[in-house]
Amino acid sequence: MPDSGNVIRLDNISQVYVSEREASLVIEDLNLEIKQGEFVSLVGPSGCGKTTLLSIIAGLLKPTRGKVEVEGKHVQGPSANMGYMLQQDYLFPWRTILDNALIGLELTGNLDAQSRERTRELLVSMGLGGTEEQYPSELSGGMRQRVALVRTLATDPAILLLDEPFSALDYQTKLQLEDLVSDTLKQYGKTSVLVTHDLSEAIAVSDRVIVLDRNPGRIRREFDIPEQIRLAQPFHAREQAGFNELFQSLWDELVQSGGGEKDT
Amino acid sequence: MSQKIPDQGKQEVREIWLEELHRDHHRKMVRWRQHIFAVQLSMLVAMFLLWELAGRLRWIDVLLFSYPSKIFAQIGKDVVSGEIWAHVGVTVGETVVGFLLGTLVGTLLAVLIWWSPFLSKVLDPYMVVFNSMPKVALGPIFIVMFGAGFTAIVMTTLSITVIITTLVVYNSFNEVDPNYVKVIRTFGGERSEIFAKVVFPASFPTIVSTLKVNVGMAWVGVIVGEFLVAKQGLGYLIIYGFQVFNFTLVLSSLLIIAAVATAMYQLVVYAERKLLSSGRRS
Repeated sequence: MPDSGNVIRLDNISQVYVSEREASLVIEDLNLEIKQGEFVSLVGPSGCGKTTLLSIIAGLLKPTRGKVEVEGKHVQGPSANMGYMLQQDYLFPWRTILDNALIGLELTGNLDAQSRERTRELLVSMGLGGTEEQYPSELSGGMRQRVALVRTLATDPAILLLDEPFSALDYQTKLQLEDLVSDTLKQYGKTSVLVTHDLSEAIAVSDRVIVLDRNPGRIRREFDIPEQIRLAQPFHAREQAGFNELFQSLWDELVQSGGGEKDT
Repeated sequence: MSQKIPDQGKQEVREIWLEELHRDHHRKMVRWRQHIFAVQLSMLVAMFLLWELAGRLRWIDVLLFSYPSKIFAQIGKDVVSGEIWAHVGVTVGETVVGFLLGTLVGTLLAVLIWWSPFLSKVLDPYMVVFNSMPKVALGPIFIVMFGAGFTAIVMTTLSITVIITTLVVYNSFNEVDPNYVKVIRTFGGERSEIFAKVVFPASFPTIVSTLKVNVGMAWVGVIVGEFLVAKQGLGYLIIYGFQVFNFTLVLSSLLIIAAVATAMYQLVVYAERKLLSSGRRS
């Protein structure tokens, strides 16, 4: 097989949003390949279609033109081998922590004694032991987002789509959670796509950072992250040689694409 | 050691001080509540005394306004003879059926139009018109359709409660954060699962609180319905008393309605608290 290493393949994706007033091109002829176990970040100015792109990969949105293949199969809708994390935890306030973590298994019809026990262990391994019977309102923001991570991992997806999952957290919690997520995903060998507007986060957690252009969205430039930064934990990656230089060139690229402070 | 003793002393002093402040606050709050209750009670007593006095001294027309001792005597007589219970029973029955059925049908209708955005758009102008018009005006039509009795009265009640319930519940369905729906969608959940796992539980408090609103509206529907057709019930007693110019009967029925309606409302408030506390929420 020629592209056996690629788990995700976007083939000439275009996305048009049609409203009553007009039809606007959000993404144009975008091609992207992501390898098994790779961690790819998408950064770009607002309006570049990052989140749209993530929704297309997830199968939540059908691209106007083009094709998405995941593990060699044409994506037609959401599937159990992809997990999606949102900007906030969106835990259901009327469910206990354990019931929240189990919802994916319920919906995919995989809830049994064994998967329940595995989810319980996953909660414990994320430092959430003892919270199983509590309600989301009793937990801090960082803990809640960790529950959301467990909820996503409980169905054991091969691919994780992360839509700015750290953006609503305070700085300290965010750094801790970046380390946790990065370690966890590496440990389980997941393929991940992260949408973020935080450049240093993108560099610290990724193997590859893709800068998108806007109007319409397309790939402007790709950055491969050097090994010493890639292998370090996100927190320490920020201290590695070359980090600041990389940040600067990413920043320049982003400013030229219309992002940065002129963010609209 | 010399360090510890003054520290401990300080701690004790602080605790005593805090406790004192808390006790003071508590005492103040209790006095405040007692004060409010005392004023409420004396207002009620004063009102009845003044009414009694005005009646006995013929400041007001006793035929029209009666006075409390006469009214309570009337209630006492009806209670002892057992005559009142049938009337109370009929009215309470109609009200309970009216508000439970109104909430149920209204919620089901809301589910239906949530399910089909097309239907929601199609029905929109009809709902607006029906919601705007005074529904009790439909009373005569219900009497023709369902006969002068229980069914026509319940239908009058439903005409008042159903549409407003539908609008309120449908609105709360639509106000559910779309990101919760997205969570279900990312796991491949269908529309029925979106409804069962997110939209319904998120709207449940609203549905329960429409029960409270509907109790009050059901009373309006039932009393008006009884005005129009009934041969029994508290609304019938009021109309009957009016026709034979026995205003003592009218006022005693009103007093009973006030008491029963308040009791029913408190019961629903209690039920609401029970229903909502079983699933703790933020």
